[in-house]
Amino acid sequence: MRIGTLKETYIADAALFDSRTQKLWLAVGAALLVLFPFMASDYWLYLACLVSINVASATGLNILTGYTGLVSLGQAAFMGLGAYTVAILETKVGTPFVLNLLAGGLVAMLGGIVVGIPSLRVKGLYLAIATIAASFIAHFIFANWKFTGGTGGLSVPPAKLFGMALDTSFRLYWLIVPVTILMLLGAANLFRTRVGRAFIAIRDRDISAEVLGIPLLRYKLLSFGLSSFYAGVAGGLWAYFFRVVTPESFPLLMSIFFLAAIIVGGMGSILGGILGAVFMTMVPELLKLVVDLMPGGSELTVFLSPVRTVIFGLLIIGFLVFEPHGLAEVWRRVRRFFHLWPFRN
Amino acid sequence: MTGNFDWAYLFEISLTGIAGGGLYALAALAFVMVYKATRVVNIAIGELLMVGAYLFFTFASMFALPLWLAIPAAVLGTGLLGAVIERTMIRPLLGEPPISVFMVTVGLASVLVGLVEMIWTADQRRLPDFMPTQPIMVGDAFLAPKVFWGAVIAIVFIAAVLVVFRFWRGGVALRATASDQAAAYSVGINVPRVFSLAWVASAMLAAISGIIVGSIGGISSSMGVFGLSVLVVVIVGGLDSVLGALVGGILIGLIEALAGAYLGGEYKLLATFIVLVAVLLVRPYGLFGTHEIERL
Repeated sequence: MRIGTLKETYIADAALFDSRTQKLWLAVGAALLVLFPFMASDYWLYLACLVSINVASATGLNILTGYTGLVSLGQAAFMGLGAYTVAILETKVGTPFVLNLLAGGLVAMLGGIVVGIPSLRVKGLYLAIATIAASFIAHFIFANWKFTGGTGGLSVPPAKLFGMALDTSFRLYWLIVPVTILMLLGAANLFRTRVGRAFIAIRDRDISAEVLGIPLLRYKLLSFGLSSFYAGVAGGLWAYFFRVVTPESFPLLMSIFFLAAIIVGGMGSILGGILGAVFMTMVPELLKLVVDLMPGGSELTVFLSPVRTVIFGLLIIGFLVFEPHGLAEVWRRVRRFFHLWPFRN
Repeated sequence: MTGNFDWAYLFEISLTGIAGGGLYALAALAFVMVYKATRVVNIAIGELLMVGAYLFFTFASMFALPLWLAIPAAVLGTGLLGAVIERTMIRPLLGEPPISVFMVTVGLASVLVGLVEMIWTADQRRLPDFMPTQPIMVGDAFLAPKVFWGAVIAIVFIAAVLVVFRFWRGGVALRATASDQAAAYSVGINVPRVFSLAWVASAMLAAISGIIVGSIGGISSSMGVFGLSVLVVVIVGGLDSVLGALVGGILIGLIEALAGAYLGGEYKLLATFIVLVAVLLVRPYGLFGTHEIERL
């Protein structure tokens, strides 16, 4: 329970950012985000873009898994749909990138609804299994359809803004980070609306939700569609960032990565999605650093990829068993401590 | 076109498919056992298979143990792993929503793949041959000996498991827990121990199918993909149905073989997953699964 935040109106109670301190820190954060590209090296800019894309996609998965209570192991495949849509539009049609990103999102959303209709009619984990199937079918289509360039994939020309090619991390930063922030704000606001609250109701008890007059299938599909839309846009950004899209770019492991990100960060919390995606993207980089520091590091690099796989798995298991609400809960605890200091919470 | 259709070829492919389906049935049985007793969807079933095969590889090829020792050692080792998994990861989550437990098994799959790659590297390995190599002829059709004997072993084990779980005390306890947990508790069955038993038995069955699958097609760290087909099998058959696992296994084996022969190898998984989507559309609880009715 927060103290010192008296609210007099319902609007104030439902506001996204309620306290002055919070707004202050947000302003500081925004300023840092603006200043960051002028201070950071290319490597850190690259990481920032990657983190940002992952945050967008993880937030999408969080809408579905964290807020609606449906597990999907197809987030990477839907990112692939978005990425391929962007790649094809950019190379064959040449529409502006804003349109391409939107189209990527919409195609992924459509794909999501096609997968969702059979599996969301039943309860339980059918969606998770159907999305695994969808990933394999998507991979097959990417690899065998001549439109998607087969196993060689497609290379994507850089996005153009007023005739300027966005081809460096520095320039892409100004595309990727604002889009991600827009998507984050969208997700945060979603849960102040009727639709978002319906999602939460479905997660907490689907039967009660139905009794309250929430059409289950429609809202589940909507949630799945939204989540795929996020994945599609994130995939589009991914395509502009890496500039080459192949069928192997979006493996099942990547879907597990996003699932791990929201579990580690905290399901059902926007902050959790952000923290989780940042943390999970940085883990492999930290691992690389540790390996480089160790004696005989070059021989250990062969272990890098399996160790990463093990650590992903262990993080999923560890957080589910010991800290089911994730890093967001840790963050809340820390904040509460300072908020109430010197009293014990 | 239909005049010169090669019926003998179709027959041969179908036989291979059905024999391969026996393996799916065995692995699906391992899955269903855990699901029936504990209501856990164990997505790591393919990875357990892989661990079993790698343990066998270690005992037989690296320690050069004789076969009659290496196989039981690998099976017991995997069973032990099943017990460890149950105690450390599944039991702490007792009573948590099924989604959490499901995601723990996703994590588990990732851990097992990583461990296998760390210990044995990601390279493809060959298991020592232990099955007769005499070609099998059924009428005019040729059947690869490994596939045939693999199916025979699978059928023997399936039969053994069915008999054991029909008459053995532990098996009865397991079935009682599966049909009603609270009632099982009240007649004095130690339900947590039944959970452990289910995991151990399931891991051991997975190890056996892993050894057979590995000796037919070699082992690698991506063997877990087999588990995806098993997942399709159990969904088609019905998550909680033993009969469904058997019928579904043979059905999927047949479909994969036919798709592989007439369309090409890359269509195998595609065909299975399309079957999965079709089943989800028409009969989401599977061919023989319990159709749960919710009452308010």
